[in-house]
Amino acid sequence: MQPLGYQTLREHMRARSAWKPAEYLIWLIPIAAWFVLPTHLSLLSQIAIMGLFALSLDLLLGYAGIVSLGHGAFFGLGAYVAGLLGKYGWGEPLSGLAAAALVAGAFGYVSSFLVLRGTDLTRLMVTLGIALMLSEVANKMHWLTGGADGLQGVAIWPVLGLWRFDLYGRVGYAYAVAVLFVLFLLARRIVHSPFGQSLRAIKQNERRMHALGAPVMRRIVAVCTLSAAYAGVAGALLAQTTQFVSLESIGFGKSADVLIMLVLGGTGRLYGALLGALAFMAMRHVLSGMTPQYWEFWLGAMLVLLVMFARGGIFGLIDVLRARLGWARA
Amino acid sequence: MTAVLETRDLAKNFGGITAANGITLSVNAGARHALIGPNGAGKTTLVNLFTGALRPTRGEILLDGTDITHLPQYRRVKRGLVRTFQVSQLFPGLTPLESVALAIAERKGIAWRWWRPFGREAGLFDEAAQLLDELGLLDCATGPTSRLPYGRQRLIEIALALALKPRVLLLDEPAAGVPRDESVELFSRIASLPRDVTVLLIEHDMDIVFRFAERITVMVNGGVLVDDVPEKVAADPRVREVYLGEAGHG
Amino acid sequence: MVTVLFDGIAWGTLLFVLAVGLSVTLGLMNFVNLAHGAFAMLGGYVTVVMLNRFGVPFLLCLPAAALAAGAAGVILERTLYRRLYEGASHLDQVLFSIGLVFMAMALADFIMGSQQQIVHMPAFLRGQVRLMPGVEVGAYRLFLIASCGATALVLHFALVRTRFGSRLRAGVDNARTARGLGIDVERVFALTFAAGSALAGLGGALGVEILGLDPTFPVKYMVFFLIVVAVGGSGTVTGPLLASLVLGVCDAAGKYYLPQTGAFIIYAVMVAVLILKPQGLFGRAAAR
Repeated sequence: MQPLGYQTLREHMRARSAWKPAEYLIWLIPIAAWFVLPTHLSLLSQIAIMGLFALSLDLLLGYAGIVSLGHGAFFGLGAYVAGLLGKYGWGEPLSGLAAAALVAGAFGYVSSFLVLRGTDLTRLMVTLGIALMLSEVANKMHWLTGGADGLQGVAIWPVLGLWRFDLYGRVGYAYAVAVLFVLFLLARRIVHSPFGQSLRAIKQNERRMHALGAPVMRRIVAVCTLSAAYAGVAGALLAQTTQFVSLESIGFGKSADVLIMLVLGGTGRLYGALLGALAFMAMRHVLSGMTPQYWEFWLGAMLVLLVMFARGGIFGLIDVLRARLGWARA
Repeated sequence: MTAVLETRDLAKNFGGITAANGITLSVNAGARHALIGPNGAGKTTLVNLFTGALRPTRGEILLDGTDITHLPQYRRVKRGLVRTFQVSQLFPGLTPLESVALAIAERKGIAWRWWRPFGREAGLFDEAAQLLDELGLLDCATGPTSRLPYGRQRLIEIALALALKPRVLLLDEPAAGVPRDESVELFSRIASLPRDVTVLLIEHDMDIVFRFAERITVMVNGGVLVDDVPEKVAADPRVREVYLGEAGHG
Repeated sequence: MVTVLFDGIAWGTLLFVLAVGLSVTLGLMNFVNLAHGAFAMLGGYVTVVMLNRFGVPFLLCLPAAALAAGAAGVILERTLYRRLYEGASHLDQVLFSIGLVFMAMALADFIMGSQQQIVHMPAFLRGQVRLMPGVEVGAYRLFLIASCGATALVLHFALVRTRFGSRLRAGVDNARTARGLGIDVERVFALTFAAGSALAGLGGALGVEILGLDPTFPVKYMVFFLIVVAVGGSGTVTGPLLASLVLGVCDAAGKYYLPQTGAFIIYAVMVAVLILKPQGLFGRAAAR
């Protein structure tokens, strides 16, 4: 290799965070979907919402390397916050999202201190335990949450006072995609920032980060809080667009689903979360349309295969393929 | 001469094992100080106590006369106490340029910034490139760290420490596993550090130690055996016994 | 009061048999096997089919259930699990074993249907037994305590007294050293996995009567198994046994006296133990 000039290096580094052509194309897909699949808008908004949820987990797991089996807790918390606000007289959607982000973020901040230390195994079990506690609370506080019947009577006002949520899910879809896009942009800035770089470094070698004088624990707390707030917004979106909160939204199933989506798409690249959510939800839609057991079986089989042969997820496979074909990543 | 780094009766027990046993030691400002001793003497434990990776069972650590015994690791680094690792602790997925730039960002306190892209902090990368250039690492600055040959990885280990502009540098066997000719280069680089940087070196190679050090501390079984200038240490019968004894086993 | 305590102990000993295999796989192979409950479910279904459809005596069903689950364990260990001992993170193991759980649940649903299974116990295990005047306990629960307690005793002696036991413990302590001592760790792993699965199968068979059995079984009780491991530590018999008994009694008492809090307290205790004592309350680190 030639010795690189400083100028070249500077340009090399600047290019890292620049938008690539493929990224513009990706964001045309949700617009195209509006026209191509007008009868599936509610499924599509669920995909966008789960994409945001998976994105929140990617910030935590893909960038900072913190495993979690209980991310559904924050999703569910956000859903209940937005749902309860809507039920008890405040149906303004954007402030509902903000409130959900605040509450979920605060809970994320507090619970992050429980996962600071410890191995992956303790983290997995502690996060699982926290999520189970929260879902048990939601289940038992029937008077507030509706328990297993779900929270009904959620009334959401028009978005920005202009667009009323309609039966066809048009407004819901546009709203969900818009929120996803804005939060994606923010996440993209964050992962390319020095802070994002430091998270990646913590994931790769925490010991060295301590030795570099990085306040590692505070960084982890910060990303836990951020990730929880994102998950809370995703939950709130679901509550607002469906005007209902089920107990499922806070259960173990949600935590497992989001983890599977993220791993399926590929961790640590943001788009992996979106692709994973799309693939997962589409497969579920098709397979569980045949019989529910089918879906469960093939989901299980897919997980086993994924761990055996494709730990990088779909994007990992694409990378391998590209390397085989000789297009090394720039 | 003023002491920059001191310990007073520092001790560390792991369960029933005593890894550091009442160490009282002082490293002078600007010193070229070596720490030697047979395997298991507690040298790396001492470094870990200095940096805060381990908490002592008793005793205290002072940096510039201030008690730092209970400071978290990153605060000690902020005060200029920096270490390298015996086994390289690098970021396998980052490039050397990114790694060093990150270290600089931490030093400058801008690693909390979350909006402006990392790659656009131009000053960061110029400084990182310059440091890599000085260590002869510029040509591999943008490849993955994990694919570099071992000798180069050792150099990056040093580069990461230097990027923090240390006042006290703890080098834990910097040349471990590095071929002879490369290690000479490495030490000429260390020797050329400005005199206001204090260096505490852990090393097994006695040639290097005696060429480099102006003061030597010999540790045995978690305690200090001798602490003196190289000539006296070389002549000390107890030190000879320790090393001959070890040679006899090996 | 006595009845609650008795129910709790019965549930606890059963839980021990169900979970001890997981504690050993985790301790020995450092493998998080969330699919452990699937082996128990298999044992349960084997019992249901043999007992209800073919009229095999209940006591004969038990070893058959253990055998079936053990065999399934061996097959899966040799084909799949062992590829993930090295180089796979705990997260990979979790995902993999959740995958197995999903497949097992779907298969159970497909073959047996989603309804609760009911077994018809032989007459001597039905009804109440009078222990002393005024204290009557369920015959089946007495049987559970006796059989599970005996299993625990046998296990304890197998682990402490036999050559295999000492190899197993050496493997738990340090697989590399054990290999250096000429112990065939692979074989020890495989046999242990099989034994753990067989125990789960036995537990599943014994549990149909009091836990019920449907395809969601592996997920429903997964947390209980994890709690036993988290609290009991791994690598001993006494740790998980104590943990199971405490958990069983607390769960029974909680359901009886504080039904409105549900399982909340148990989860909270698990989290607290994990944070304060990552080795488990009764783990070996504490015992030393």
